[in-house]
Amino acid sequence: MSGGTDEFRASFFEECEDLLEAMHDGFGLMQNGDGDDETIHVIFRAVHSVKGGAGAFGLDDLVGFAHHFETALDMVRAGKAQPDPDLLSLFQQCGDHLSDLVSAARDEATIDASDSASLTARLDEVIGANGAGDEGVSDAAENFEPMSLDLDAMFDIADPSKPTATGHQISFVAEPELFTSGNEPALLFRALERFGQAEVVANSDDVPPLSALDPTTAFMSWDIRIDTDAAEDVLRDVFDFVSDCAQIEFKPLYADRQADLISSLGFGPGVPEMAPEEVTAASEEGAPAEDVLALSDETDVHDHDPTSPAEPTRSQADAHAQTEKSTPKTPMPQTIRVDFERVDKLINLVGELVIKEAMLSQSVASLDLATGSDVLLELESLKQLAGEIQEGVMSIRAQPIKPLFQRMARTIRDASSMTGKRVKLVMKGETAEVDKTVLERLVDPLTHMVRNAVDHGLEDRETRLAAGKPAEGTVTLSAAHRSGRVVIEISDDGGGIDRDRVRQIAESKGLISPDAVLTPSEVDGLLFRPGFSSKEEVSELSGRGVGLDVAKSEIVALGGRLTIQSEPGKGSVFSISLPLTLAVLEGMVVDVAGQTMVVPITAIHETLQPATAKIHTIGSGGHVLSIRDTLVPIADLGAIFGFRDPPAELDDHVLLIIETETERRCALIVDALQDQRQVVIKSLETNYTSIDGVAAATILGDGRIALIVDPEGVAGGIAPAPGSVDETLSHQNSGGDFVTA
Amino acid sequence: MSQPDAKPDPSDQEVVAFRVAGQDFCFDIMSVREIRGWTQTTTLPHAQSYVKGVINLRGNVVPVVDLADRLGFGATDPSERHVIIIAVVEGQTIGLLADVVSDILSVQNDAMHPVPDMVSDRVKAFISGVLLVDERMIRKLDLSRVVPASGVEAA
Repeated sequence: MSGGTDEFRASFFEECEDLLEAMHDGFGLMQNGDGDDETIHVIFRAVHSVKGGAGAFGLDDLVGFAHHFETALDMVRAGKAQPDPDLLSLFQQCGDHLSDLVSAARDEATIDASDSASLTARLDEVIGANGAGDEGVSDAAENFEPMSLDLDAMFDIADPSKPTATGHQISFVAEPELFTSGNEPALLFRALERFGQAEVVANSDDVPPLSALDPTTAFMSWDIRIDTDAAEDVLRDVFDFVSDCAQIEFKPLYADRQADLISSLGFGPGVPEMAPEEVTAASEEGAPAEDVLALSDETDVHDHDPTSPAEPTRSQADAHAQTEKSTPKTPMPQTIRVDFERVDKLINLVGELVIKEAMLSQSVASLDLATGSDVLLELESLKQLAGEIQEGVMSIRAQPIKPLFQRMARTIRDASSMTGKRVKLVMKGETAEVDKTVLERLVDPLTHMVRNAVDHGLEDRETRLAAGKPAEGTVTLSAAHRSGRVVIEISDDGGGIDRDRVRQIAESKGLISPDAVLTPSEVDGLLFRPGFSSKEEVSELSGRGVGLDVAKSEIVALGGRLTIQSEPGKGSVFSISLPLTLAVLEGMVVDVAGQTMVVPITAIHETLQPATAKIHTIGSGGHVLSIRDTLVPIADLGAIFGFRDPPAELDDHVLLIIETETERRCALIVDALQDQRQVVIKSLETNYTSIDGVAAATILGDGRIALIVDPEGVAGGIAPAPGSVDETLSHQNSGGDFVTA
Repeated sequence: MSQPDAKPDPSDQEVVAFRVAGQDFCFDIMSVREIRGWTQTTTLPHAQSYVKGVINLRGNVVPVVDLADRLGFGATDPSERHVIIIAVVEGQTIGLLADVVSDILSVQNDAMHPVPDMVSDRVKAFISGVLLVDERMIRKLDLSRVVPASGVEAA
């Protein structure tokens, strides 16, 4: 298993991601007090597995740190240290650091060793303070000893008559024939994982120095511990082909018998709750059974009520129930890892399929077949099928938002320690799934906004207490699907936006004129104006010279919308509404100057017949629409793109009222509306360059390309952003009351 | 191609020859992906006049360059008889609008002559050499110069 091939390496790091996610999850649960006994075990196992894998790849820094971390975690696991908030916070920092080490190892980057050192020192304090004498798990982890017969013998003592195995300890000793016949042990071990979580430890003690090594002889042996309810003979089948070229021994492992075992050895009724896990842990490490007993003993003395008779009964019953229930084996949801490129290719092909289907429909329609004819019916079901395939393929790209939120948990911890504010993070709806690309591109804006929530949103401790709020601030991240979009909210229970101050800053920076009349939400909107935030008034944390405007423009680039709601004294909510995918878009297909174009439906506020609208002429040919006491500039979409001169007479045209993400409003003249439909987004930049006012292209049913209008780009040339100096003035002149959505 | 007894000269190349505004042009056949008939394009706003628009090439958005306009012979009024040569230039797929594809020729490297001085400056900027084949002069296009420029161009 010393093979450091890229493939194994890659799969190690992929597994690390899952493991670290499980670890962070666990900490999250513990922090909220939602953790149970299993939580700490999950965390421990995750860290342990990372360590194990890292060892195989010779990542010594990682192994070293993980080892200390694991040892400290084990103190908690064994009940020898209480996971109080301080310890938990240390653990979380360690968890973050472990993630950093993994990333550094993956990218072959170096990382500041002083972090490791200081965290290790703090971990060691914990370890030292809580039973320095206990070397059980930690040392066992380093000085691997194969499971000895002792444990087996003890089980025999305990109850030899009806053992229920919960796993197997498999010893696998390679013989030369194994390799001469072209077998790869790693593949066999991988195959075992079908039956449960397997832990493989390679034993290379017998490998002679290179000078004495006979390359045709086998020296390696492996010890595999697998948690499974599969029977031994089922597992043996895996080794069927190699049974005559390797020595394979099976020993069953027990969990639910251990209570009996321990009590039979005289350790009283209180231990079972801990003890089964201890035995599991010990055998995981391959610790000699003596250590197990020592641990259980100490556990007993330290902090477990030795006289809680209900406990063992329950845990035993649970264990039994579990064993029985899982006899007809309920497998974990199976997953496969697929190269992202393949998925993208599939998505492109399905996009093609949908277009072809639309083209076919169009040509069939031109045949004027009788309604109810077979061709039409079959075509209809083909259409449905294509739609379902498209949906299914899109969902492959969808990923749960949870890892993103977990990253934010870290951001919050960092921000919290930097500002000295105590912050609790609450996550909701983290199972919501979003397109992978969207997720990746959300990291930066979301990080910025979360930092902003801690730094600017939450008040300091004194202010909070004075306002009768808990000293610890709460930042809530939530995600939910709403009508074909995903809405992510970052809310804090801070003081809300200080609008007077925002106004003051905006005035001092010349973003608004001092006598501008702004609604509260317009004031909030100033936060997103470029040039609002600058190094003077932002702290080291959120600052870095980028304002919320950057976060906003990144979100807008993803086809998202960003809105704020804020209530003084109660806090603020930043809502990000995003499309579920970047591959398709809901659009209005329109005719302009003989061209077919698509306007994203999210930007269309309403459509109007000019004949019924109040249109005022300004100067030479300029038009303004007055709608609900607001004046909206009118522009011809064809003229914007240079296809024609603006039409003098609007009556046989249609007006699209566009409202952009930056709350710019304008009315676009188009010739006719065709229909509303989902279009597949195609990049123009691949073979050409980007065009002002054009977001992308799509392919219509007739196979022709239609351009997708970029509302922001189009409106940018027509309507100023709300609250800007000139617009505010014009509003005052017209006496209009600016309506915000 | 080459004589049976002659060693294949690595400098041999095949070119696709075509006609634009009555003149013969060619370029390396390795750049050609396919040749298709004229299809209606979708006009691009704010584009250079020689960019006829974009077409759908099996799901890809491909811009079409009117070679005649590009080379200074005036815009083509495309009809069904015109062809679009799909070529890949520096990673970009583009369509080149031409009158007709005439030939695929095997060319010895030494058959390529430097661009004569009398060729108009405009055309000269786009060709990297000339071939003489059966009394015809075939201009070899430098494709990288034909690609629609992203704004910065003194045309």
